[in-house]
This record gives sequence, structure tokens and C-alpha cells, in this order.
Amino acid sequence: MAEKVLTANRLTDGISVWLDAAGNWNESLQAAFVARHKEAVEALEATGKQAFADNKVVDVNVVDVEEVDGVLRPLRMRERIRAEGPSIPYAAGYAGLTVIRSAAA
Amino acid sequence: MYRYDEFDHAFVTDRVAQFRDQVARRLSGELAEDAFKPLRLMNGVYLQLHAYMLRVAIPYGTLSSRQMRMLAHVARKYDRGYGHFTTRQNIQFNWPKLSEIPDALAELASVEMHAIQTSGNCIRNVTADHFAGAAADEAADPRPYAEILRQWSSVHPEFSFLPRKFKIAVTGAERDRAAIQVHDIGLHLKKNEQGAIGFAVYVGGGQGRTPMVAKKICDFLPEADLLSYVTAIIRVYNLHGRRDNKYKARIKILVHETGTEELTRQVEAEFAELKNTELKLPDADIQAIAAYFAPPALAPRAEGWASLAGWKKADPEFARWVRQNVQPHRHPDYGMVTISLKPIGGIPGDATDAQMEAVADIAEEYAFDEIRVSHEQNLILPHVALADLEPVYRALVAAGLATANAGLITDIIACPGLDYCALANARSIPVAQEISNRFGSPERQAEIGELKIKISGCINACGHHHVGHIGLLGVEKKGEELYQITLGGSGDENTSIGEIIGRGFEPSKVTDAIEVIVDTYLGLRTDPSETFLAAYRRVGPQPFKEALYGGAAEAA
Repeated sequence: MAEKVLTANRLTDGISVWLDAAGNWNESLQAAFVARHKEAVEALEATGKQAFADNKVVDVNVVDVEEVDGVLRPLRMRERIRAEGPSIPYAAGYAGLTVIRSAAA
Repeated sequence: MYRYDEFDHAFVTDRVAQFRDQVARRLSGELAEDAFKPLRLMNGVYLQLHAYMLRVAIPYGTLSSRQMRMLAHVARKYDRGYGHFTTRQNIQFNWPKLSEIPDALAELASVEMHAIQTSGNCIRNVTADHFAGAAADEAADPRPYAEILRQWSSVHPEFSFLPRKFKIAVTGAERDRAAIQVHDIGLHLKKNEQGAIGFAVYVGGGQGRTPMVAKKICDFLPEADLLSYVTAIIRVYNLHGRRDNKYKARIKILVHETGTEELTRQVEAEFAELKNTELKLPDADIQAIAAYFAPPALAPRAEGWASLAGWKKADPEFARWVRQNVQPHRHPDYGMVTISLKPIGGIPGDATDAQMEAVADIAEEYAFDEIRVSHEQNLILPHVALADLEPVYRALVAAGLATANAGLITDIIACPGLDYCALANARSIPVAQEISNRFGSPERQAEIGELKIKISGCINACGHHHVGHIGLLGVEKKGEELYQITLGGSGDENTSIGEIIGRGFEPSKVTDAIEVIVDTYLGLRTDPSETFLAAYRRVGPQPFKEALYGGAAEAA
């Protein structure tokens, strides 16, 4: 089974977040709690549903990741870009990250 | 420019208050997401990959310096210091907090701007020729009619829940710079033999997953009948448009399935009922709106001719910029300036807060306080005296806005793509950047001549790839990005939909493929005056297929 994490966007500002092991919504994918078996995934789904119902987050999804050398990497590019930010430097002072490009190479 | 009257002010202010209340109720949990989502969309608020996105309407792409400064302020205060100008002549902010958007909208309302109907299944921002009111080839200024349509369509009770979104474009010249034939309704403003003003009416154009060129259903509609005829079209669409399938819900599908002749009959029947009702536009009303768009008093500035010649001789870079980015104005002592938002290797359509303020300053000092946004994601100063071109250029250089590439291969339209958009399958911006870098040298661009590349990151075609001379469509195949190439598209008065040339290309190979296409064109054109599009229309796809794939071309 692919490893899975729970992700969403925070209601108040829309920023992408991931559920960590302490049950908090963290802005870093690397802090995410990783579900490695069916029961854990079900727990993630239930947590996501509740957080949505509690109006903490929107657009809640369980996504596939892999762990390479201790670093979590979503399998889909869309999720990699969500985790890393735009793959391009944009405007002054907001350099985009290069992880996507190097991962794709 | 149009100025809000009391009604407009009250309407927009009330709408901000209403949305502020809706946001507060959403944040408190009183409103659930399912109930809130359509409300936020009606106010231009999307949820994208990284954050919310706010799309602000710029009616027919016309802005004052005061409004541009407010956009800069919003970018700085509520976003991350930049904005993205779009192919609907609007601007998008990529990082606003939901909790702060009502404040941003209140500030925008103070300069007569809003985000109403920039999303949802309603009549969207009406677009127009970005050279309106200045172009030498214009029969009449399309903006008064776009403004009449804006007023009529704002929160129109009958047309707020159409089967799908609805886009109208207006041009006032034979040379179509507003891509009217790929709109739900395209209006070509013209004069008949008696000198009366009216419209050729096109219906059912569009891009997306089923690209269609609009059909002309009326050759000359008197201006007084504009609203009754447009109402008739949209009423027929509202009644018969397919609500069962989102992908077949645009009017282009209705026109296609009904047939142009039958659809025209239905529209005419409805029009006969509406023609002599309150929708008939009184001439006084048209004149009252048109008065807002009266051109500025352009004093003779004949001294500019000699100055311009001298400046061009002294500075080849300036001369190149004038040649590429300045178009003839209907007043011989003036020009229309394109401010390229396509720096070599940059992000198409993006501008920083400082750049927006620089443009506002320049427009105020040299260009009668008027700025346009083009659907090609550039900014326009429609009235600049030739005598002022040199200082305008210097100010643009200082702001990083003097790229001399309007209409050239690096003047690329690109949607935000997978770097921002929740719908995208592939990235657009990095592809545009790499092509721009590859072809960025001024000499090479000049040699290639007019060539429009347009890139979309999904089939929704926000990057207008179907009408690119070279179009690129990003798709996801087996989890990876792949780019399909179309050739021969065009969004002008001779609109055509590009043809898929063969199997797609991986990100690392797509720029090479573009280079093969460009080199093939350079090798087969009859002479440098034969543009890429003209050459493609003469020879067809075969030479390009052979160059790209050898004998093994296959469909993607």
C-alpha cells in the first residue's frame, strides 16, 4: 500500500496544510503524519471529515506519498507543487523552490 | 473613462457589505462550505492549490492611474507584492486571506472596482479591443457598448444562473484584436453604407475542450437593438442550453447541435418580441455613456517627429522598442504603446506592485491617465505623444518594463498552470520561460517576425492555445507532464483553430520541438514578409510533421 498523508487548505487563509502526528494542521508536508496501513488511513479520513465539519479546513484529501531518505515526496506532481509552492521564482523576494524540477529530472 | 454614478457606488458598496457578512458567517461556522462556495465565487474568490485567489474585474480592460495604484496597494497589503493580468483583461491575486478579502474589496470599491461576476455561470467581464478609442482603423469606440452591456448584465436576475459561464467581446475595427470569434457572443461594431452604427453579431465561439469558431447570425444590428438582441440570444441559450452535462453546457454546443439556421430563427423570433420593449436603447442614453469615453484633447505635437528620428538614431534599443511596441495612433503625432509584461524568461502577465505604480505614474504624466490591459496579458498606454516616447521609454526601462517584443515569439500567453491552478494538469509558466529564454535574442526574434505562442495547462484553454499560431496544451500522462502542440490557430478576423501536429512532448523536449517548428518555417517561407501563420496556411502541417517526427508522425 502506498503511504498516505492528509492534506487540506486552511479555511481562514487558504494556505495548504498537512495533518501532523499531534493532530495539528502544519504548513509543512515534512511534518505530516504518515499512514501506512488501512486502519491508519481510515483514521485520517475520519479526522479530515471532522475538521471539515468543524470549519477548520476545506478541500480535504488523502494523498499518496513515498518516503525517500527520510523526505516525504507526494507521488503526483500536483501534490508536490502544493507542498513546495510554485516551481518558479515569482515576484521579488519570493523565490520558488527547485525541488520539483530536480525531482522530475 | 466611465465614472460610477450614485447607483453604481451604492450597488458595489452594498455588495461588499453583503460579502463581508457572508465571510464572517463562514468563518464563525454559521455557513457551511457548500453554502458558501457559490457565494465566494460570485465575488471572484477561488480556492487554488496554495491559497485563495481573488480575481478583480477590469471592465473592457480600461484603468485609470488611481485604479492601477490601488491594484498595487492590494498586491502589497493583501498579497505577496504582485498580480497576474489575465486573458479576460482582469487581474488575479494569488495569495489573499479569506478573512481579509472583504477589506480588499472595500478598498477596491473606493476606486470604482469590484470582483462581481468574475466567476460563476453568469455574464463575465465584457472584453474589448485594447486599442479602443485610439486605433486608426476603428469605426467607433466599442467601450460605450461594453459599458452598456456591463450595466445591463450586472446581477441580471434572468441571467445569473445560466447553464454555464458566458463571455462577450466587442471590437470596433475590421482588424479583430479582441478575439471575438472565440467568444459566446462576439460583437463587431461597424458603420453601414448610410454611416449608421451597428453590429455584426457572432454566436457560439469558444475554446475549452470543444473549440468552435463563432457563427455570424446577423450582419448589421442597429445599435439601438443591442440589448434586445443579446437578450434574445441569451434567453434562447438559457432555455435550451444543456444543463445535464457541464462539458456540453456552453452556447457553442447548443449552436452546434441546433444548427446555426434554426438557432438564428429562434433568436429572431425572440428578438421580434423584445425589439420594441424597454430594452430598446434610446439614442440619448447611448450618447450619455459615450460621453464618458470621449477621447482626450490631443493637442498637435508635430515636434515629436523630429525628436523621434533623433532619438532612434542615437539609441538602437529605443528604436527597436518603438518599432515593435508602438503602433500608429489615429492622431499622427501620437502612438499607442504596448508595455510588455513578457520579460525574457519572465512570467507572462505578472507585474509587481512597484511596476504597477510605475505604470500609473507614467500614464498620469504622459498618457492622459489611461491604461489598458490587453487579452494578450500586456498593458497599453493608448495615447502617447511621439514627443514623449523617449521619457516614457526611459521610465519603462527603469521599471523593467521595456521589453521590445510585442507580437513576437516571446510575447507568449500562458495561463497560471499547475504552479497555481487547481484545475491544471501541467505547468505552463516554466514552459513559457524556457521558450522565451531560447528565442530571447532581439535579432532572432526579429528574424522570426510575428509569431504567437499560447500555452494552456489544461483543456479548459485559459491560455488560448487553440488560437495560438503555435499552441501548447499541457496534459498529464502516466503521472508526468506532456505537451501537445497545435499549429495554425489564430484569434483575429480570420479565426482558425489550431491542428494537433502529432504526439506530445515531454517538458525537457518541448522547447526543442518549438525550435524545429520555427526553423522549418524559416526554411520554407517565401520571404521574410511571409509570417509563420501565412506560411502554415500555404503549406499545411506536413513539412512540420516531417521535421518533428520524420516519417513516423502519430496522433498523441
